[in-house]
Amino acid sequence: MSATAPLAIETHALRRVYRAKPNDVVALDGIDLEVAPGEFFGLLGPNGAGKTTLIKILTTLLLPTTGEARIFGFDVVHQTKQIRRIMNMVAGGEQSGYGILEVREQLWMFSQFYGLGSRDGWRRVDELIDAVGLDEQRRQKVSTLSTGQRQKMNFARGLLNDPWIFFLDEPTLGLDVSAARAVRELILSWKAAVPGRTVLLTSHYMAEVDELCERIAIVDHGRVLAIGSPAELKHRVQRESIFRLELDRLDGGTASLARLPGVVAASAAASDEGNGQGDRQSVSVNLVLEDDAALGGVVGALGGLGAQILALRKSEPTLEDVFVELVGRGFDDAPDASRDETPPQGRAANPQPRREDEPAEEELV
Amino acid sequence: MSGNPYVHRPTASPQAAAEWTQRQILMTNLRTVAGRAYPRVRGLAREKSWLFFEILLPFLTTSAFVFVYRALQAPPEYVGFVVLGGAMTAFWLNVIWMMASQLWWEKSQGNLELYFAAPMDIVAVLLGMAVGGMVMSSSRAAVVLVVATVVYGVTFAVDQWLLLLAVFFLTLTALYGLGMVLASLFLMWGREAYHLTQFLQEPVYFVSGLNFPVGRLGMLGALAIALLPLAVGLDAMRQLAFADAAYPVGTPPPEVEALILVVMTVVFLSLARWMLRTLERLARREGRLTIRWQ
Ligand SMILES: Nc1ncnc2c1ncn2[C@@H]1O[C@H](COP(=O)(O)OP(=O)(O)O)[C@@H](O)[C@H]1O
Ligand SMILES: [Mg+2]
Repeated sequence: MSATAPLAIETHALRRVYRAKPNDVVALDGIDLEVAPGEFFGLLGPNGAGKTTLIKILTTLLLPTTGEARIFGFDVVHQTKQIRRIMNMVAGGEQSGYGILEVREQLWMFSQFYGLGSRDGWRRVDELIDAVGLDEQRRQKVSTLSTGQRQKMNFARGLLNDPWIFFLDEPTLGLDVSAARAVRELILSWKAAVPGRTVLLTSHYMAEVDELCERIAIVDHGRVLAIGSPAELKHRVQRESIFRLELDRLDGGTASLARLPGVVAASAAASDEGNGQGDRQSVSVNLVLEDDAALGGVVGALGGLGAQILALRKSEPTLEDVFVELVGRGFDDAPDASRDETPPQGRAANPQPRREDEPAEEELV
Repeated sequence: MSGNPYVHRPTASPQAAAEWTQRQILMTNLRTVAGRAYPRVRGLAREKSWLFFEILLPFLTTSAFVFVYRALQAPPEYVGFVVLGGAMTAFWLNVIWMMASQLWWEKSQGNLELYFAAPMDIVAVLLGMAVGGMVMSSSRAAVVLVVATVVYGVTFAVDQWLLLLAVFFLTLTALYGLGMVLASLFLMWGREAYHLTQFLQEPVYFVSGLNFPVGRLGMLGALAIALLPLAVGLDAMRQLAFADAAYPVGTPPPEVEALILVVMTVVFLSLARWMLRTLERLARREGRLTIRWQ
């Protein structure tokens, strides 16, 4: 990357305060981010962390209260048109469009908003319908799609303009396992097709972020708590290496292992290989080493102790461990864990009661 | 890179892709108008319930007035006035019931954010809605006009076809311009604005002179002609469609009324454009309006 090429995303001291009834809400509290072109970047944080607010600012739908943000060098406050030409976005649970239209009709409508020619639009729409695996639903009414099919259609919409940067706000929210996997594969194939395509993904599914993202920012209460690759972040929480050893026997118990150089701790663990019903009784040991290099010494010493290794596995910390260490609480017991679908700040109790004399009961097109 | 569904129109760099020519901008806005009109034309053709609202209802209202006028032995042109008014009701219903609440509905659906996030001008989206609505309502208006003309035996006497056509189109542009203004108002005021239009619907019908020459209302009629596109448009169209009437059927001459319609069109369209910009600014600042739940 040459020094003059602008970053895909760059924010400086980005702050966003919402005016709200009892108290103003500080949704973003000084975000500094740098995402290079071509990166797959993740925002991981509990509900209410500020992820959606950040995406709204980067997609030019919301103004920062203070601070700056640029997309490929374009300012999110003043250069909105430029940004809108090169980005697209898909959110989980998106219900966009008109249920009365067929899938390809709805996609064609959106293609026109991006300036594709009329015929070119139809061709492009059919191509994308095939690519996302909706060929059987091509002429089906949008209102009859399943959640997974709908999200695939939303992805087809998001790809209509060949975006250089794709914002995905909890894109697999509410999808079943196979639909979520299909969506993830889709994102990866799309990104791989052209070098420089950039993705910003928010999620509160740890495994998803871990699987997809090259770099992650962990956010909570509108602040970035840590940035790094999943491996770096995990490494940061846990400097020691942890191994699980399965031995045929261990004369002298775990104490004999704990004395070896480079071993921080050794403890017996419940065996996970069968339950010792046969004539072979195995021993499981959790081994904490100063680093991976100490493993060689341990393996050599085990031979001297007359023990045979049946299995050896490295235990990796998860992003969940990283989160707990940084935030001081688990992901699911976040204090303000309101579902994403519920409106913020007290509106949950009063979700727009619909009265008989009100419009929009049926679809307007 | 042909054959890869994930690459359509390759661009050299994000910077190159972000700079559009004036032609590209114009074409995108024009395509947006067509794109947004499309679901209305398609969707309404599919949704049969609108047939009832936009053909049967105007026809029934028209018929009721025809019978009343016949019972009162009003001049024969009056039946023609009612038929003309009945046909134009299709447009008015479309503006009040669909145009006006459209943006508000789009917001609650989550579409509005996607519209704002796309590179076209939001005015083009609203124009597309208007064009779609006009196309649909035109077919309905034509049905009402033809059926009622045949059933009630109306004879038109037109001298200036071109002016009549111009007045008709100007009535539509002014009316849908007003619809675009209402759509923005609704989005800003939500429910209150909706109740207000409901409240105003009957009085507005009355002073629009759908069923009688609005000039008969004196000052009120003059005010209506100055403010309501449908009132001016109908007044002018009546004069042009029944040129042989033995008495004056409208107040200002149709040429003047055509000019009023031009002014209305310009004012409403500029107002709508200004309101939409204001709305976007507010939405970005407040974090409301475009967002689904608020
Ligand atoms: N329009 C709004 N008005 C007031 N508060 C809001 C608004 N949108 C979001 N918030 C609040 O800002 C904080 C961050 O919300 P959000 O960005 O949606 O977080 P996330 O996407 O990480 O769940 C939350 O406390 C939320 O309640
Ligand atoms: Mg969110």
